[in-house]
Amino acid sequence: MMSDIWTVMRKELKEIITLGGGSRGGKFSYLIVLGVFGVFVPWQSGRAWVESPMVVALWAWLPYFYTATWVADSFAGERERHTLETLLASRLSDRAILLGKLLAIMTYACGLVWSMAVIGLITVNVGFGQGTLLLYPPATAVAMVVATVLGSGLAASAGILISLRAATARQAAQTMSLLIFFLFIPIFGLQLLPAETQAQVSLWLEQADLAQIGLLAGGIVLVLDGVLLAAALARFQRARLILD
Amino acid sequence: MTDIAIHTENLTRDFKTVRAVDALTLAVPAGIVFGFLGPNGSGKTTTIRLLLGLLEPTTGQAVVLGHDTRTHADAVRAQAGALLEHHGLYERLSAEDNLEFYGRVWRLPGPERAARIKELLTQTGLWDRRRETVGGWSRGMKQKLAVARTLLHRPPLVFLDEPTAGLDPVAAAELREQLAALAAREGVTVFLTTHNLTEAEKLCARVAVIRQGRLLAVGHPDELRRGRGRPQAEVIGRNFSEAALAALRARPEVAGLEVKDGGLAIDLQAEAEMAPLVSVLVQHGVQVEEVRKGKASLEDVFLTLMEEEQK
Ligand SMILES: Nc1ncnc2c1ncn2[C@@H]1O[C@H](COP(=O)(O)OP(=O)(O)O)[C@@H](O)[C@H]1O
Ligand SMILES: [Mg+2]
Repeated sequence: MMSDIWTVMRKELKEIITLGGGSRGGKFSYLIVLGVFGVFVPWQSGRAWVESPMVVALWAWLPYFYTATWVADSFAGERERHTLETLLASRLSDRAILLGKLLAIMTYACGLVWSMAVIGLITVNVGFGQGTLLLYPPATAVAMVVATVLGSGLAASAGILISLRAATARQAAQTMSLLIFFLFIPIFGLQLLPAETQAQVSLWLEQADLAQIGLLAGGIVLVLDGVLLAAALARFQRARLILD
Repeated sequence: MTDIAIHTENLTRDFKTVRAVDALTLAVPAGIVFGFLGPNGSGKTTTIRLLLGLLEPTTGQAVVLGHDTRTHADAVRAQAGALLEHHGLYERLSAEDNLEFYGRVWRLPGPERAARIKELLTQTGLWDRRRETVGGWSRGMKQKLAVARTLLHRPPLVFLDEPTAGLDPVAAAELREQLAALAAREGVTVFLTTHNLTEAEKLCARVAVIRQGRLLAVGHPDELRRGRGRPQAEVIGRNFSEAALAALRARPEVAGLEVKDGGLAIDLQAEAEMAPLVSVLVQHGVQVEEVRKGKASLEDVFLTLMEEEQK
């Protein structure tokens, strides 16, 4: 079972990487992303980039975007390109196919975000280190790893569910973008609130125990992860996938 | 292992209003190329899906390699290879990566996998192009690669769903040649669907003819011919007098006659000899230039079956 999951994962990652980085445009877009979140933003933020725990919030958001790009493709894309039925006619179990795809997308999203974190660290050290080595505080580093894993897991399992239901990869991608748009509503919504409410919220945030908020958010995402994964496993049945 | 690879009993599958497969009862002996012949929409693809357990039968059952497809489809899939309606290749990956992936899916150990991939790519003439992305290839090349993928794990049973459909005649003939060679060399049972009679005739030791999900006939192409279509002969020459034609019609082995421009088409009873008929013609003053004898084509058989079914 583990080796089957790994087989599917390898193939998915190979496709993601050849499609994303294979063309010159693809390589360029990776460079832009890494440049913005690895160099530009950390350079602007200075030492705060490493020292402020609020950075975890950014790391928690990012995986949703990288996941969304590929997850829509996972089942809807294979069906559209007529590769799904051949895969389903193989000896692989439903579970190995589903989990292999899920883990591949999570690996990709986490890998990208973690690369940015490392490049950002180098940037800040080069620009602001002044001879001493700056590192993320251990709590921040752990929170970042946990947040990206849970976040990419949530987005990937939601995306797979959408992808299973969608008629086309395009439709799946659209639904996924809509979902991400809703994720942003709280941030934009905050800007629209009256000034004194905004001040209250930021005051409350400053006073609140960030660790507690983080744990609570993490717990909620973990439960959601479990629910969506169970739903995806239940929904994924060969006979239902064949019929259009 | 039994010597029957596939056995179905009243296998039936309905889609909302359509009965795609209708009470199909069939036995496919192991070790041969079995042709499943029918026009478009006759239920060939649905039958393969049922046999692989990708679809559940509405009623009836199928036993493939000794496993019931309702309860042990995973055991069937573990021993089968399938080239389905679509080639199923990952077009963004290279030929080698496609085979590498399926080699891992079938759990071929590293060195064996590499050797087998090289063997099949060499046999199909694709070895030099193994690093190329499959997306840019011609249909014929893709189809050959898909055949290689299907045989990769040396399955004892192979399903091929219209493998030459959509290929140009040259590519189709080439693929047919390779399929015949591969089937002989690997000694596998092949369940091949086609709507192409020449293909069935060239590749298959037994043929089942279906229409609208119903089985019309099963047998060796020659048996089917004997049962239905008649062998024909053509005589080219001059002076086909009424007397000569009457004398021919009187012969028991002649089923029918027709004079066409400069020649005579004769419908023969099965196994008829031509030499005595030619002497009859010569005795009646016909000047014979050329005599050709042909088997009834499977096409005639097929058309006859379709007509009978429609009545
Ligand atoms: N998933 C499906 N839903 C509804 N009807 C289907 C489906 N698959 C096949 N059919 C119908 O079943 C019949 C047989 O189809 P198919 O097995 O694809 O035939 P063939 O492969 O011989 O061309 C056709 O009438 C087709 O429209
Ligand atoms: Mg078909």
